[in-house]
Amino acid sequence: MVTLVMPRLLSFEGTGRRAASVTERNISTLRSAYWVVMVSGFLEPVLYLFSIGVGVGALIGDITLPGGDVVGYAEFVAPAMLAASAMTGALAETTFNFFGKMKFVRLYEGILATPVRPIEIALGELAWAMARGVIYSAAFVVIMTLMGLTTWTRALIMLPATLLVGLAFGALGMAVTTIIRSWQDFDLIAAGQFALFLFSGTFVPPTAYPEVVRWLIEVTPLYRSVDLIRALSTGTTGWLQLLDVAYLLALMALGLTVAGRRMAKQLTK
Amino acid sequence: MTSLIHARGLIKRFGDFTAVDGIDVDVQRGEAFGFLGPNGAGKSSTMRMIGCVSPPSEGVLEILGLDPRRDGPRIRAKLGVCPQLDNLDIELTVRENLTTYARFFGIARKEARRRADELLDFVQLTERADSKVEPLSGGMKRRLTIARAMVNQPEMVLLDEPTTGLDPQARHLVWERLFRLKQQGVTLVLTTHYMDEAEQLCDRLVVMDGGRIVAEGSPRSLIERYSTREVVELRFNTDDQAAYADKLAGIGDRLEVLPDRILLYVEDGDGAADEVNRRSLSPAGVLVRRSSLEDVFLHLTGRTLVD
Repeated sequence: MVTLVMPRLLSFEGTGRRAASVTERNISTLRSAYWVVMVSGFLEPVLYLFSIGVGVGALIGDITLPGGDVVGYAEFVAPAMLAASAMTGALAETTFNFFGKMKFVRLYEGILATPVRPIEIALGELAWAMARGVIYSAAFVVIMTLMGLTTWTRALIMLPATLLVGLAFGALGMAVTTIIRSWQDFDLIAAGQFALFLFSGTFVPPTAYPEVVRWLIEVTPLYRSVDLIRALSTGTTGWLQLLDVAYLLALMALGLTVAGRRMAKQLTK
Repeated sequence: MTSLIHARGLIKRFGDFTAVDGIDVDVQRGEAFGFLGPNGAGKSSTMRMIGCVSPPSEGVLEILGLDPRRDGPRIRAKLGVCPQLDNLDIELTVRENLTTYARFFGIARKEARRRADELLDFVQLTERADSKVEPLSGGMKRRLTIARAMVNQPEMVLLDEPTTGLDPQARHLVWERLFRLKQQGVTLVLTTHYMDEAEQLCDRLVVMDGGRIVAEGSPRSLIERYSTREVVELRFNTDDQAAYADKLAGIGDRLEVLPDRILLYVEDGDGAADEVNRRSLSPAGVLVRRSSLEDVFLHLTGRTLVD
């Protein structure tokens, strides 16, 4: 019913409508078997939270945040897992799956014979990746709140932040995917992703590393995401979080521009 | 009346390679227009430019009176495209392939379902509506692609090699559906390297070779202009058919020597066959037939269409 009324209430023609039709195509492909993919994507951060956040956390005790606030280790790790899962969810859809659609199933070739333009395919795919990511994130913040690692109000504010993280990584993933040539290159992406996951202030604050490494960490997109969500989760936001937001918005814009241009170049020779 | 396709000096280059080398084309509403030529003649590149998915390198191109460089989405909204290789959505069912595609054109869901059912009926796939695409035969997939090209009620349908790779029965079924569309007044633009396809479907066609147009006209007028009424095909029991060419001198207007046979271009086929017998050349096989576009192509380019 909602889907029937929506298009009439929201007159969105042009780019928005065409991008939405690409998202809609993906929704049509949903089959019952998809829940397996959903569950595995949701479980990963939860397992990390319990094994490392709670388990290892019992040995570590408390952690002092850059602003001087002291929090339990699980409180420190949980928002990082949330940011990382927003990243993973977005990348899963925009790297591996996107590559297959671009190169092998000739899906976009058919779509581009319609009024839909390359950038609109990119936007539609990104929106689709977000739909999946938001479900993971929502489930995870519920668990965090139930464990007393944050409050319900903060959890609500964290959701749009995870969306921003997803959009930035999704756009980045697409841009990278339009550049890589073969399935083997995905091993590189996976390695890079794992390195980000381990070192982006997720389990250890960057201040624990030598100065140079610390700087290196602080310019990575996942660190900026962790910083933003951790501040929201622990209620320690400041001016630095505006920088995080600007950084992620810029990354999204850059990724989309590159992805749209390269798709146009490859698909409309 | 403005042309649906208007091209002047149209060129498409890929790096150093010129795929389309300055062609002039005009297609009128309601016409069935064909690009005939062998593989690599530049037909598909031309079709991609017309379909506004490949920018021209040079020259004038107007589709439906609009500029593809600027109005791509507006033009594509009114075109139906059936590509050479099927690019159906393998994750969707037969019906969903049509309804989802309709959504790309901004067609409301209810209307999309109505059109999908109507088109499935038209291409005789109603019974397979809920099947996935993968198990369909080649002919069924091609018919589904044609139905998909019709979902936006296009002003012009582009068909790139619509029956290549299909068995004879499936080809006839596709031809019959395309003929039905033509009767409904839909403008058809197709590429083919099959003579019979061009003769069956096209009101008018251009013969392409090496990126250029070498002749233009209706199938009949092209045959009249570039060939004789009848052809005698002679096969001699030898590895060197050319050795017989001299002995056939004077029979008919001209002859073509192919690796496996000699073609005599004549007005009266039976008379010419009698003359061959009088010279006691005793060919292993004699076939008298009417001229076809194949002969036109052979005459214009010195090559056969299908190798």
